Amino acid sequence: MNDRLGAARDVERDSRADNPNAQIAAKLRALYLSVQEEAIPDKFLDLLEKLDAVERQKLPDVAE
Amino acid sequence: MSERMKADESGFKREMLAALPSLRAFAMSLIGRHDRADDLVQDTIMKAWAKQDHFEMGTNMKAWLFTILRNELYSQMRKRGREVQDSDGYFTESLAQHPAQYGSLDLQDFKRALDMLPPDQREAIILVGASGFSYEEAAEICGCALGTIKSRVNRARQRLQDILQIAGEGEYGPDATSAPMTSRAFVS
Repeated sequence: MNDRLGAARDVERDSRADNPNAQIAAKLRALYLSVQEEAIPDKFLDLLEKLDAVERQKLPDVAE
Repeated sequence: MSERMKADESGFKREMLAALPSLRAFAMSLIGRHDRADDLVQDTIMKAWAKQDHFEMGTNMKAWLFTILRNELYSQMRKRGREVQDSDGYFTESLAQHPAQYGSLDLQDFKRALDMLPPDQREAIILVGASGFSYEEAAEICGCALGTIKSRVNRARQRLQDILQIAGEGEYGPDATSAPMTSRAFVS
């Protein structure tokens, strides 16, 4: 918990100061977000659907 | 009984879906190439699904998945040697197939600098600086001590500064366009 606050404080301090860390933090975040904001590829959605369907079919046997 | 299990399952699937965008971003940051990163994400989904009984609903799904992905990556790397990592491919692939993705040259330079970090430092700064984990969570994901993570993050920052300063002297003065962007990046 304290560490989360610590990390947040670091980030806050970095973004306030005109220091290279602020630039690095911002670029790192921008790079990461550029992937994170892409739509989830359909193949992952299909995979989860399939896994879920298999699981549901199996369930009655397992539960009995 | 089976009703409750079904409900838990769809909760599990939902939480997994919610964590996927971040998991992909993590995989991309570690490996670099979209195709390989997505293969790794797929392996992670399968592993996690098979292990779902080990997951406690209500605990941190994202951290759990990141841990599985990371373990999977390193076990694959051990099996295949360093072939899994391909920093040059990272850069080439993203330029060729995702020209719009890392829009500015600036970010491409940064990505190259990030690729030059030792893997342990790279993952540490990504987990803390981009994925939004606390130092404590990052330490748990990497299976190392809190102090180790902190020092890796510090060394990563220092190294990135060094690399980027060498690449572009004087690029780091206060600058009207990036300063407001910087503050905004951490509010959202």
